[in-house]
Amino acid sequence: MSGINYSEKIPNNVNLSEDRTLQRALEHWQPNYLQWWNDMGPDGSQDFDVYLRTAVSVDPQGWAQFGHVKMPDYRWGIFLNPAEQDRKIHFGDHMGEAAWQDVPGEHRANLRRIIVTQGDTEPASVEQQRHLGLTAPSQYDLRNLFQVNVEEGRHLWAMVYLLHKYFGKDGREEAEGLLERNSGNADNPRILQAFNEKTPDWLSFFMFTYFTDRDGKFQLCALAESAFDPLARTTKFMLTEEAHHMFVGESGVSRTIQRTVDVMNQLKTDDVGKLRAAGVIDLPTIQRYINFHFSVTIDLFGADQSSNAATFYSSGLKGRYEEGKRTDDHVLKGNSYKILSVEDGKLIEKEVPMLNALNEVLRDDYITDSKGGIERWNRVIEKAGIQFKLTAPHKAFHRNIGSLSGAKITPDGRVVSEAEWNAKVGEWLPSNEDRAYVGSLMGRCVEPGKFANWIAPPVMGINRQPVDFDYVRFN
Amino acid sequence: MNAPAEFFNQHLIDPEICIRCNTCEATCPVGAITHDSRNYVVIADKCNFCMACVPPCPTGSIDNWRMRPKAAAYTVEEQLSWDDLPAALSDSELSALGGDAAVVSTVSTAPSSASAESSAGEGTAFNSAAYGATVPPWSAAHPYTNLHAPKAPTTATVVGNVQVNEAGTANETHHIVLDFGHMPFPVLEGQSIGIVPLGTDAQGKPHHARQYSIASPRNGERPGYNNLSITVKRVVEDHEGKPVKGVASNYLCDLKTGDTVQVIGPFGSSFLMPNHPKSNIVMICTGTGSAPMRAMTEWRRRLRQSGKFEGGKLMLFFGARTQKELPYFGPLQKLPKDFIDINFAFSREQGQTKRYVQDLLRERSADLVALLKDPNTYIYVCGLKSMEEGVVLALRDVATQAGLNWDTVGQSLKQEGRLHLETY
Repeated sequence: MSGINYSEKIPNNVNLSEDRTLQRALEHWQPNYLQWWNDMGPDGSQDFDVYLRTAVSVDPQGWAQFGHVKMPDYRWGIFLNPAEQDRKIHFGDHMGEAAWQDVPGEHRANLRRIIVTQGDTEPASVEQQRHLGLTAPSQYDLRNLFQVNVEEGRHLWAMVYLLHKYFGKDGREEAEGLLERNSGNADNPRILQAFNEKTPDWLSFFMFTYFTDRDGKFQLCALAESAFDPLARTTKFMLTEEAHHMFVGESGVSRTIQRTVDVMNQLKTDDVGKLRAAGVIDLPTIQRYINFHFSVTIDLFGADQSSNAATFYSSGLKGRYEEGKRTDDHVLKGNSYKILSVEDGKLIEKEVPMLNALNEVLRDDYITDSKGGIERWNRVIEKAGIQFKLTAPHKAFHRNIGSLSGAKITPDGRVVSEAEWNAKVGEWLPSNEDRAYVGSLMGRCVEPGKFANWIAPPVMGINRQPVDFDYVRFN
Repeated sequence: MNAPAEFFNQHLIDPEICIRCNTCEATCPVGAITHDSRNYVVIADKCNFCMACVPPCPTGSIDNWRMRPKAAAYTVEEQLSWDDLPAALSDSELSALGGDAAVVSTVSTAPSSASAESSAGEGTAFNSAAYGATVPPWSAAHPYTNLHAPKAPTTATVVGNVQVNEAGTANETHHIVLDFGHMPFPVLEGQSIGIVPLGTDAQGKPHHARQYSIASPRNGERPGYNNLSITVKRVVEDHEGKPVKGVASNYLCDLKTGDTVQVIGPFGSSFLMPNHPKSNIVMICTGTGSAPMRAMTEWRRRLRQSGKFEGGKLMLFFGARTQKELPYFGPLQKLPKDFIDINFAFSREQGQTKRYVQDLLRERSADLVALLKDPNTYIYVCGLKSMEEGVVLALRDVATQAGLNWDTVGQSLKQEGRLHLETY
């Protein structure tokens, strides 16, 4: 299963050559993809030789091959994790039945919708990040950005393969649509709103890869449980790549904090004005960025009560995070779950059927996971001997989806009046001034081994290379 | 001589760099990685150093090692409580622990060998594993690995099962040929496979797979067929000599032609042979550690027969308790002397003094030095864990006495993928 047919145009481990119709459909799609990459991919960088990790097979040795390649020549391919023999559906109404190798007619529309929604986020984030290369704080970071970009591109390939292979003409049309919608395009925007926002600066990029790519991880984890076996195997392999994206985010924010606390100690100050004069990003601003990205991202999990979520679960399309490791009955009928809502000016918990609250279940798992990284950032501050603690905002803060949508709730979970919200929102979310300041720090710094003033170097390079390695050759 | 072997290089994850992405835990083929809400950690007695987790780790945090006395390995609980990695033991701390360990072992295992004395005498714990390469020779062929995962083994048919040492000896050893039919199972000499024994263990769970080195060359035990061979010793006692029936080895030794077995793998991407002309191979083994040596020798023999390959020198150092117990003794005797230079060491032959492979290495130091000086020489060690220390120390002595600097020689052997250690 793991052997890749290099002789084919499209590297794959899915025996593409045996399915001529599919192969032709994909070969037709490929030039359109490359056109999209050239038009909407990383700006002005297509001729660089970038030290990239390429998957050539799915076993541990094969999927992390490093070398300098031009991004348009990156071997975007189709890789599925090896099949598990006699895999059974392990949750929902079909529990115990054999996993589906094809799409059952009655679930066709829902599965297509799930795959298109997932697929749409992949090129969207490439589009959101396309100008960041112009302001990279180092060659190392530039390389990491490009690695994230090409892997998002490969994830798009993964979803397009499923659409072409299993959804016929509709699937082919959807695959074209994935290249036609554009992030932030007023006429033809990306499906999810978070993917139409700008990623204006590198702090936003790090926050995005930490928080929003982690949403990706949780969605992929839930899909990796799917009864539709090709989807499960595709997403499992995507998860190994997704880990790198979260690494870029977690270490990027961590290095930003490191630089800030170093300068705080040098100057013996926590005065925001002085720190900004010294060209680093003050901790309160970092906290506001966290508040923003955390709250926007948890909206991506959808409404806290959703009959769609129940349908997806019961019919076996989408499981819970780590479904296989849970010890309940995996059917969940009759179970309940607590969700938040605002009543009479107070936040209250209310019990609802768990099946309808599965978005909330996934959101809560996500919150637990993302708080772990914030604690690790706090350790950097603690180690520097500085009294300051970053926190995740309350789950109800700044929400725009579900029963908490539009409620005025502070980062520590107090319901406040519209007037108080308006007076204080500048303390909680990045103000225009904050964004302008962070933006003002963004300048290109790409000499090998040099780092922009606002960020510390990483503790180690990529693939055991030194930090001052020439990760990008500009030609 | 067991004393320094009580140290091992413990595999650890740096909690300061790790982002808890779960990739390593998902990748590990033997379930040696676990986590709680705080840390991801490696279970010391489960990790088999296969390195499968290293390339997928996005952060590099997985690639951390600390030399520890085996008895004082960091426990899972300790590791789960860490915020950062503990400092490595300093040389003086290590030697303090190593000195103590050596004393204990010389008391319990008399008589002590020359190697143990020399290491204890210098007061430094010699770590043979530190010299083992983790990279293959530059001219190695590219291996396929993990084609058949533990969860999805493939089926092979037994097409041969013969004893390859004299019947009636204590260490009954079998040569077993497995055929994969039309299922892909491409292998290289030095790789290994996993066999899942039939049935369940005492807890009613399926047995875990046992690893065996492949004893046949890349193009099959029978050239051109999709088969391979393994060398299996029937285990009838444990390390202390108490009677115990090895689950997998007895299962395998009792297989009949036509029986089927569940196989996973192949495994291994560094213990691979050089393929460039004039490359020399020094093979040092005991017992069933001869399997990869047989594979490499046979591949070189086939190449030589083809007349299209100019091989370098082959030297084999092979230890067993007695000649009768030594696997493949007969066939080895038939190989031409100008093809391979064979040296046997027997430790329990009646009426003869005990000889170990490291004694042989010292005896043949003149020839070994010439090979050690040649950058086209590749050294392979396979057999019981207890031999590793002695063998690497003997190599060091051979080098040092010829005026070579072992630090330089040892480093280049390791970095260039020219010294491979596989002991169990």
